[in-house]
Amino acid sequence: METNKHFLVGVFNDQDDLLHAVEHIRHKGVKIHEVYTPYPIHTLEHVLGYKRSWMPKAAFMFGALGTTCAITMQSWMLGYDWPMIIGGKSFIAIPDFVPVTFETTVLFAAFGMSFTFFVSQGLGLFKVPRIFDIRATDDKLVMAIDLGKNKLAEADIKAILSESHADEIYRKDFTDAENNPTFMGYLIDLFNNGVTVSGRKLIR
Amino acid sequence: MKSEHSHHTDHNLDERFVFSDGVRKTIFIILGLGVVFFAIGIAMLALGGSGHDAHALAFSGGESGSVDSGHHGYHWTNRLVVNFWHNNIYFVGITIVGVFFVALQYAAHAGWGVLVKRIPEAFGGFLPIIGGLILLVFVVDAFVGNHVLFHWVDPSLYIENTPNYDPIIAGKQAFLNTPFFIIRMLLFLGGWYAFYLAIRKNSLLEDLEKHTTSKYFWKIKTISTLFIIFFALSSSMSAWDWVLSIDTHWFSTMFGWYVFASWFVTGAATITLGVIFLKEMGYLKSVTESHLHDLGKFVFAFSVFWTYIWFSQFLLIYYANIPEETAYYLERLSSDYYSKFFFVNIFLNFFFPFLSLMTRDAKRKVGILKFVCMVVMFGHWLDFYLMITPGTLKENGGFGFLEIGLAMIYLALFTFVVAKNLAKSPLIAKNHPMLEESLNHHI
Repeated sequence: METNKHFLVGVFNDQDDLLHAVEHIRHKGVKIHEVYTPYPIHTLEHVLGYKRSWMPKAAFMFGALGTTCAITMQSWMLGYDWPMIIGGKSFIAIPDFVPVTFETTVLFAAFGMSFTFFVSQGLGLFKVPRIFDIRATDDKLVMAIDLGKNKLAEADIKAILSESHADEIYRKDFTDAENNPTFMGYLIDLFNNGVTVSGRKLIR
Repeated sequence: MKSEHSHHTDHNLDERFVFSDGVRKTIFIILGLGVVFFAIGIAMLALGGSGHDAHALAFSGGESGSVDSGHHGYHWTNRLVVNFWHNNIYFVGITIVGVFFVALQYAAHAGWGVLVKRIPEAFGGFLPIIGGLILLVFVVDAFVGNHVLFHWVDPSLYIENTPNYDPIIAGKQAFLNTPFFIIRMLLFLGGWYAFYLAIRKNSLLEDLEKHTTSKYFWKIKTISTLFIIFFALSSSMSAWDWVLSIDTHWFSTMFGWYVFASWFVTGAATITLGVIFLKEMGYLKSVTESHLHDLGKFVFAFSVFWTYIWFSQFLLIYYANIPEETAYYLERLSSDYYSKFFFVNIFLNFFFPFLSLMTRDAKRKVGILKFVCMVVMFGHWLDFYLMITPGTLKENGGFGFLEIGLAMIYLALFTFVVAKNLAKSPLIAKNHPMLEESLNHHI
């Protein structure tokens, strides 16, 4: 089974050009894989048609988990496992638990949300991100279109991209190995080539 | 993208609020109902005695309230005086927070709120009236009345070797004496009013310019910064004076913050409600759900802040368990009557706004936001009830027609004065240098 992936990459210099291009390209029925920018562009998620993130719900669940853990932990420790009289209060004195519960809730929500974010964005442990164009971390706005997921021919999509004022258009292929990078391979590459280059060609 | 949306051809920047007969009618209905309730409340008290014997007996310690207080006997007018004071403190808070909110916007260079700033700005017009009421109620109670509000105004407490001598209160005399108290009161209220007038004057002068100008922005920014410094001290000290000193023996270093937090969240809820009502009447078309979202964030965030302060005060006293500190909470929690309010207070002011305003959608939906703001306003009115009533009325506190009626009268008065003030100027500060940012506000 062939797992190679083929992309068309459009590079933009100007933010307004990019936003208009996204609208135009989506209007033409082309699916955009992802857009990479060096800084957050406020309206981009709207023109890309992204739905509201489910991250806040994850944050709430993690927070609620933190609250439950903290109350359970303190009640068990101070109420059952090693009851102690502190200031003449009852063993399970809820007001005393509030600061720890508050902190644990915040801690769980913050860490839970951070890890959820990394995993959902393909940045989990031992994952190596696929990089289309390293200049997206500097001064270029990079759009990737997955040819495998679009019905239009490559030449047509290319034409639409150039219609919408992309400053550079090129094709980028990821081999099977590149699509499924291993952490070990990443380390070996790091050892051989240093930190600025990862396991695959960064700049075409 | 800014160039895309910056044509404000569809924004009506010259609109003015018209204090129409319909609005007046609504206010007079509230006033009328308030007066009727108030009259019923008075009649019930004057004719039927206190009517609270049941909880008077249930009050913990029974006689203990009168032992250390030295209060003169309870008369039903005491409850009247306390009610006036309660509403004075509550409404002066909303009023001054309106001015403080505008000052914050300027000091922080916040652009989003330019479209709504005329509403909190109009609150300040109520200052002379509420200030006068504060002064009047204090003077009447201290010089003519029964010393219901402030036990420490009684001169017999300071004479040594007499049965009434109170060494603790006598020790506080350098700060807590009637002349200095009145001087401070005049200083705070006068200072707030002066700052309000300065901000308002420059804000209105800006409207007269032909084009957008930053001249008045910088002037108001300077005034706002000075006001914030003044308000930081005066809000805290006024809380000691007007609320904390009711429980003269008791003290809490959190108290200034506690009152400020309660005032601020009520003010934020009132501003939000004002914006919503104006939008429902067809004004402020340019105010979008993004502006409401930001206002909702203030209500949400400061509900949490209030809880933080409220709990910080409670926890330390609960944990340390020192009698002179716990007296305040014993008075509230050991009373069958007040303990109900105590738990309702924390539910209405923390759990309810925290859970109902948590999501983004809730803050952007007018219906939910409106309901939560009303609950928060009522909740913090109860919070002030719980600060002021137990210390003044002890076991004779009550809650009925009198309380509701007087609050409605104050609300009608406040709304009337603010609406009148609002109608005096255009609704939108069209020459404000950050107006464009507010018109394009999008979150």
